[in-house]
Amino acid sequence: MQANSSAPIVRFENVTKSFGELTVLRQLDFDVAPAEKVTIVGPSGSGKTTILRVLMTLEKPNDGVIWVNGEPLWHQKSGDKLVPASEKHLRKVRGSIGMVFQHFNLFPHMTALRNVTEAPIHVLKMPKGDAEQRAVELLQKVGLSDKLGHYPSQLSGGQKQRVAIARALAMRPKVMLFDEVTSALDPELVGEVLNVIRELAEEGEMAMLLVTHEMGFAREVSDRVVFFDKGRVVEQGPPEQIFGSPQNERTKAFFNAVLRH
Amino acid sequence: MPNEDHLLVKIRNYAFLVIGLLAIGIAIGVELTVNPPETAPFDLLPILLRGLAVTIELTLLGAALALVVAIVAGVARSSGHIIVRTITGFYVEVFRGTSILVQLFWIFFVLPLPPFNLSLTPLQAGVLALGLNVGAYGAEVVRGAIGAIPSGQIEASIALNMSPGLMMRRVIIPQAMVRILPPFGNLLIELLKATSLVSLITLSDVTFQGLALRQSVGRTTEVFLLILVIYFLLAYPLTLGVRWLERQRQWAT
Ligand SMILES: Nc1ncnc2c1ncn2[C@@H]1O[C@H](COP(=O)(O)OP(=O)(O)OP(=O)(O)O)[C@@H](O)[C@H]1O
Ligand SMILES: [Mg+2]
Repeated sequence: MQANSSAPIVRFENVTKSFGELTVLRQLDFDVAPAEKVTIVGPSGSGKTTILRVLMTLEKPNDGVIWVNGEPLWHQKSGDKLVPASEKHLRKVRGSIGMVFQHFNLFPHMTALRNVTEAPIHVLKMPKGDAEQRAVELLQKVGLSDKLGHYPSQLSGGQKQRVAIARALAMRPKVMLFDEVTSALDPELVGEVLNVIRELAEEGEMAMLLVTHEMGFAREVSDRVVFFDKGRVVEQGPPEQIFGSPQNERTKAFFNAVLRH
Repeated sequence: MPNEDHLLVKIRNYAFLVIGLLAIGIAIGVELTVNPPETAPFDLLPILLRGLAVTIELTLLGAALALVVAIVAGVARSSGHIIVRTITGFYVEVFRGTSILVQLFWIFFVLPLPPFNLSLTPLQAGVLALGLNVGAYGAEVVRGAIGAIPSGQIEASIALNMSPGLMMRRVIIPQAMVRILPPFGNLLIELLKATSLVSLITLSDVTFQGLALRQSVGRTTEVFLLILVIYFLLAYPLTLGVRWLERQRQWAT
């Protein structure tokens, strides 16, 4: 699982994001290589979710450029200048990114199967039969082949989150974002979701950007761990280095506090 | 526990029906003793029923217009576009803030005059007034239901790269429908009752026929009693329908 050294699939260039007075991302520079598995850790409120949300186009950055697969995400080229992106451009570039949310956000009025087929049929214009076949495969992969016809309200939290993962995978993203996807789950259901993500990581071809408090899991699946604080990358490197022998004082203090919990 | 609730609801539903019918029965009884008619009041019925077709036609056409207006204006009021939102906001506030009778008179008596020069038949005017008035209330219901959709649903739709239109059609509106239907049923009942106002612009609905009958044959109490019963019998099935809808929540736990 060595990080690819070719052009990055995601590049944050000087990205700043503020909410009113509060600056959450400060001139952030940050790359993700194709197929790389990156975990972002850091104190609460440090801006981890915000990184994922500007990349998913759920929040608009105030400054800087985000590149996805060589194309600007929030901008488009006009001559050799970058101008704000049209909805069309945004949708084209956004197609490479998928996201799994802390609170699942499944569509409650659709069965598990329809949750997974909905966007492939109506966004990718896939034939219904193909989309269903693929959805069945994906739901099988996350261990839910017996729940195809169930509505979200009939599923446990862990099952819902696995449907949400299948739903995101159905769009074949090149980069998948996971924002604390197990923190709304009962402890006994965390494992089944982590197992699915671990398998995806082992398959390897998709880049993954994870925010998690599961340090053991992060150590296991990540190619790189990024310690993030006050809107900036404080320290990053292979998991053994960041967890084993952090150099920065803030990183050390953070892990001491986390591990003492 | 849920069973008990269910039973209570059932009893309450029937209680309303029983009390309603009892009240009507007592009124008829009192009327017949105080004022014994030569013939039973039912000889008046055929004439009143002639108005029934007009009342039903108005209700159906008015409801169809109100439904379209409510959805369009409700979605427009939830729009991110400030001009669209302001214009529909103005419409909703004007039509909720003035009386339907005044609106009816405007549409029927003022619109034909300059500068509008727009003459409508009484039926068109009635349908337009009912549709626009009830549609304004319906738009608020739609807006409220759309606003109650959790932001996570919108974020998931964006993450799946849906266009705003697709999101509206396939994610937001279907979920909003569950909240919309019961209040829409109530608005339909309001609309049915409001149709009686069109008798004032010469449309011969049930109320109009009743007023005409009272002028020609007198027997005021009998006429109005029958009118009351007719409207109640029209509205009550709708009330039951709304209660049934409120109980149908397949996926919403
Ligand atoms: N829409 C918003 N409006 C205003 N402030 C916001 C908004 N979203 C996030 N913030 C603020 O930005 C800061 C960073 O938030 P963010 O959610 O990115 O942190 P986080 O690192 O994910 O924290 P946590 O570990 O608690 O999830 C926080 O102080 C938060 O209150
Ligand atoms: Mg967060």
